[in-house]
Amino acid sequence: MSKLKKLTQQRLFLPVFCMLLVLCINMIYDAATGHAFYNFFEITMTNDLLNGRIINILNRGSEVAILAIGMTLVVSASAGTDISVGSVMSLCASFCCMLVAGFGVSSVGSAEEFAMPLAVGLIGALVMGCLCGAFNGGLVAYLNIQPMVATLILWSAARAIGLLLCNNLIVYIRVPEFAVFGGYLGPIPTPIIIAAVCVAVTAVVLKKTAMGMYIQSVGINKRASRIAGLNSKRIIFTCYLLCGLCAGIAGIVASSRITSADSNNIGLDMELDAILAVALGGNSLGGGRFNLAGSIIGAYTIQAITTTMYNMGVPSAVTPVFKAVVVILIVAVQAPPVKAWFKKRAAAKAVAQKEVVGV
Amino acid sequence: MKKKFLALALSLVMALSLAACGGSQEEAPAEEGGETPAVEEGGSDVITVGFAQVGHESDWRTASTKSAQDVFSAENGYELAFVDCDNDSAKQLEAVRNFIQQGVDYIIIDPIVSTGWDAVLTECEDAGIPVIVIDRTIDDSDKYVSWVGSDFKVEGLACGEWLKAYAADKGITEINALVIEGSTGASATIGRTEGFKEVADREGWTILDSQNGDFTEAGGQEVMESYCQSYEGQFNVVICQNDNEAYGAMTAMDAAGVSYGVDGDVIIVSFDSNKPAVQHVLEGNMNATFECNPMAAPFVDEVIQQLEAGETPEKEIYMEESWFAAEDIVSEITVNGEAMPVIHVTQEVLDARPY
Repeated sequence: MSKLKKLTQQRLFLPVFCMLLVLCINMIYDAATGHAFYNFFEITMTNDLLNGRIINILNRGSEVAILAIGMTLVVSASAGTDISVGSVMSLCASFCCMLVAGFGVSSVGSAEEFAMPLAVGLIGALVMGCLCGAFNGGLVAYLNIQPMVATLILWSAARAIGLLLCNNLIVYIRVPEFAVFGGYLGPIPTPIIIAAVCVAVTAVVLKKTAMGMYIQSVGINKRASRIAGLNSKRIIFTCYLLCGLCAGIAGIVASSRITSADSNNIGLDMELDAILAVALGGNSLGGGRFNLAGSIIGAYTIQAITTTMYNMGVPSAVTPVFKAVVVILIVAVQAPPVKAWFKKRAAAKAVAQKEVVGV
Repeated sequence: MKKKFLALALSLVMALSLAACGGSQEEAPAEEGGETPAVEEGGSDVITVGFAQVGHESDWRTASTKSAQDVFSAENGYELAFVDCDNDSAKQLEAVRNFIQQGVDYIIIDPIVSTGWDAVLTECEDAGIPVIVIDRTIDDSDKYVSWVGSDFKVEGLACGEWLKAYAADKGITEINALVIEGSTGASATIGRTEGFKEVADREGWTILDSQNGDFTEAGGQEVMESYCQSYEGQFNVVICQNDNEAYGAMTAMDAAGVSYGVDGDVIIVSFDSNKPAVQHVLEGNMNATFECNPMAAPFVDEVIQQLEAGETPEKEIYMEESWFAAEDIVSEITVNGEAMPVIHVTQEVLDARPY
């Protein structure tokens, strides 16, 4: 009993519980339709590549997971969201492809036609991401502009700049060297590895240095932190910078998946998914304490819902409704009044039990 | 202090680049405004046409714009005032009102949204300017002369009829199709789904699943990846409702080890027929592709010539579209009682494609 209690009181309990619930729906569905109940979880090697629904979730959820890292930091430090990440992804992807293909070229078929080495394109994309992050960070940290307003600028402008860089075309780079970042490294989908590395590096940095604590303390009280000797502005600026870098990485993955820079569609509405991931992970959008693992689980939960819809063959017209219902449930379960109600009930039960024992 | 300055400088740079982007678009209508007197003095020998285009979101759209610029050129006796509306319907309404003020002879609209047009079309009517609608439709007003566009249902039907003839020739008796749909609610999605389903129902084919791929390569890839797991070894036809979805589906099938195309186990077809798609058909990666013609301008030109001659053009004009196949097996199909040729793709066919 006490073990169960301890488990339910863990901060990560609810996000993990919700994710498992989504996966359980699939188990029930598979069993009901006559498949083996573990059908959804089965991982096979076909064509020398790992294959299976779980792999799909990990693979397709990578971009949102990477974005969620940056978003968590931004939310924690500045109590605001960076709504530009989707557009910045698109801009970074376009910039990368533009550098590699050369301006105005719409299709590259082999490595010999590269205008610049691939590495330059990739580094360029990351630098562009950092620049966008620095721009947002500068506005928020040093000019004290509301985060949503500050990032609104790039939300609308970055995609347009990307289109200009690509000369209003979809730039195709149909080259295996480029496809690898969104394809497979050995039998494992590369995006999974990239996301794992990003998460690991961030987690280690937050654990081993005082950065995590600084960010939280700035988020809880900016002035008090400054008086305590922290450079609040620099910390907020750094968070936005990292968020931009994450958007750059996600942009490379997304564009490598389709070996092209589709500026109109890359990262479309993904900022909302990233914010949702942070919220689903049990983090308060009001800033302060944060839980990185929660956000990552949140990101994969979103993808799990999507993959579930595919698995169940829900007609595409009603998919958004199903998604909305699941999200409402998850958010509602984690809402403070609901939590409080559960706690009260548990307490009442405990009292009742004691009374029974007493009699 | 130094950092404050840096932040300020950064934001200034961004703001300037923004202003630069905005400026170039704002200038266009102003320039046209300046030309107005010349137009009126010019008399009847030059026909001025205002074209409010949706935006520039795809290769298809770019081809549509280019077609208008080529047809309504000075050599052909036209003067074209072109406005790119960047997918902003308010901007499009304003563009049309600007055309009225400039007193152009004809207005072409590719409506971004299908409703909310009655007021501005009434203004056009009062000003005596005929309006021609292309591509997308206007649902809440009939104050335009003609609509020129594609019959998406015919495209879907053609796809079905071609598949029927092709399967018969190849001795495929059972068809289990997977459909990757376009954006939910788009007229192209509805028409193509309806058309193909009509043939499938008649012929007793199985449509295993039909999911939304959003007309994007990433969408097509994700949906196909899921299909490969749900229906492993059960499907032999994949219908992609645009080219980009087909590119994505091919990548996903590569990863899943499913062979497709001319020598493969799975028949894959796409709609739109952009040049890269026709290239894929030529190489045998795809079995067929069904055109959605973006070149509306020549048809609009015909309508204008009819109006100039005092005739009444038809209210709805469907453009001619071509169907392309990789193999020279089916050369003709019958859609709605009308015989249509199926073009066998060769290098010459590919080279002759304008977009």
